[in-house]
Amino acid sequence: MRDPIKLFIIGAIAFIICALFLGKGLTIDNYQFFLSRRIPKVLAIILSAMAIASSSLIFQTVTNNRILTPSILGFDSLYVMIQVLLVAIFGGFSAVVIDSEMNFLLSTSIMTFCSMVLFHFYFKSRQRNIFTLLLIGVVLSSLFNSATGFFTMVIDPDEFTYIQDSMFASFNNINAELVYWCVVPLLLCFAYLIKLANKLDVMWLGIDNATSLGVDTQKLTMHIMFVITLMVSISTALIGPVLFLGLIVVALTRQLFRTYQHQFLLLASALVSIVMLAGGQWMVENLFNFNTTISVIINFLGGGYFLFLLMKHKFD
Amino acid sequence: MKFTHFFAIAILLALTCASLMVGVADFSLSDIFHADPHALSILTTSRLPRLLAIMLAGAGLSIAGLIMQQIVQNRFAAPSTTGTIDWAMFGYMVALVAFAKMSSWVHLLIIFAFSVFGTILFIHFLQRLKFKSTVMVPLIGIMYGNVVSSMTTFIAYKYDLVQSLNSWTVANFASVLRGNYEFLYIALPVAVLAYFYANKFSAASVGESFAKNIGLNYQRIIMIGVILVALLSSSVVMIVGMIPFLGLIVPNIVSLFIGDNMRRNLPWTAYVGVVLVLSCDILGRLIIFPYEIPISMIISLLGGAVFIYLILRDKSNA
Repeated sequence: MRDPIKLFIIGAIAFIICALFLGKGLTIDNYQFFLSRRIPKVLAIILSAMAIASSSLIFQTVTNNRILTPSILGFDSLYVMIQVLLVAIFGGFSAVVIDSEMNFLLSTSIMTFCSMVLFHFYFKSRQRNIFTLLLIGVVLSSLFNSATGFFTMVIDPDEFTYIQDSMFASFNNINAELVYWCVVPLLLCFAYLIKLANKLDVMWLGIDNATSLGVDTQKLTMHIMFVITLMVSISTALIGPVLFLGLIVVALTRQLFRTYQHQFLLLASALVSIVMLAGGQWMVENLFNFNTTISVIINFLGGGYFLFLLMKHKFD
Repeated sequence: MKFTHFFAIAILLALTCASLMVGVADFSLSDIFHADPHALSILTTSRLPRLLAIMLAGAGLSIAGLIMQQIVQNRFAAPSTTGTIDWAMFGYMVALVAFAKMSSWVHLLIIFAFSVFGTILFIHFLQRLKFKSTVMVPLIGIMYGNVVSSMTTFIAYKYDLVQSLNSWTVANFASVLRGNYEFLYIALPVAVLAYFYANKFSAASVGESFAKNIGLNYQRIIMIGVILVALLSSSVVMIVGMIPFLGLIVPNIVSLFIGDNMRRNLPWTAYVGVVLVLSCDILGRLIIFPYEIPISMIISLLGGAVFIYLILRDKSNA
């Protein structure tokens, strides 16, 4: 099958699943209430799915490998830790925490700074073995998690309720205001990436090749890292950390589509991601009757797949 | 060496006294000497069991890490990076869901069976893997543990036990009282056994062909090692909870100072484990006094940092 046809089919599936979410049991009497609850939820799923997929994809492009994703390297645990730190420092009732826009702005800017430092720490020496990097990432993210746990113990239980939502992947208590507020920055990021697609294609050939072909790799990496941080913050703020989703989505996209063009891959991975996330959530609600959560499914499947990847060495 | 021993004992004694004295209920040393019944009862039902539990768990997990290093032939192998702990937790969950009414001996047996099974599975995994870089083993092991613990969460979610699961996983010595920690004494015979087998484990750590060459039954030694590790880890998981990275960092710290002779390292590993857990526990009790911070948080902060330092220090995979 040709790639555009596949893309079309996946797009159709994504559309159907979203329509199912929105339309189930809708009548003329209840549509106002139902839609007001459902639109933010579906929108949150779509936005974060897009953010996770494209950030993982371009992260792999910039770091030139097929197995690292921002969440495996601990970027979204970092975001959660920053959230908890904000509460620990400013208190749960301060504007920084309650006002979602201000919170988002502040935590994203701190996050940008921290992830730049982290990125530098990871990639300052070029010849570092990829498995070492991965192990450091895994340990570092568990370190962030423990720090989060530590600060949650220290802060007031009343204040804790304000951050609880951002700590677990969940679609059932989504902050509608925050969702609408995220639409514009996310779309801007996405458009910017599409615009950079040609450079990213070259980047995928490796830093040295890209440099000799006339791409300012250092500048490009900086810009991309900024976009990645923004996207990680958005997805984590909306639905919480989902460790392996990015990895599965990008690997699946590369498996399904034989192209290397980022313009196409970005779109495709976003659609695949929507299908996975929305489909998974739909399964949780309708097949498992809420008996499990999406993060359990993703961790189980994704963790298994990751082990498989490690064993097979299908990367590098 | 004499001075080192003296110094080590002095530190341990100081920490022991501190651990006995720190707590919400206040009593002084003179109360104990005057046999004040209140002070004595606090001492014997709460403080002393807690101290013993800390010592047994700290020494036990560290020794488990040391054995694991030898049988997996990897410096970064430990019960927490080979899935043993996660399987033990899984077993605990199964035991509590399916055999809730049975005695705790049955629970311990189930946990033990699960952790032996999980560890052996992992070791077979590794033996079939051709290319083994130092960091691959903990990496695969941690991922493997994640997959197993997602199964645990799945069951917990199904039976509405997520909250209890959290309280079981987070290691905490606060709930240790006389009568509920005694399973930890398993660590004593296991430590003695480990000491006797130390040389065989060392031989096995050189490699399968070498061990066979000098006339050892390689598979049996691995099996014995797994059983010892599983015994230590399952008793700690059941009574205390998960103490991440402890089994990993302690043997590494010890070998930084006194080399790699397992028989000589074993007592020191146990000692450093005890001192580390004891000081972290005291710290956890002091930070938000009169409340407590679970020890697993402090240890995992410290342990994670030390682990990263160890990885970066290991020039072979730079």
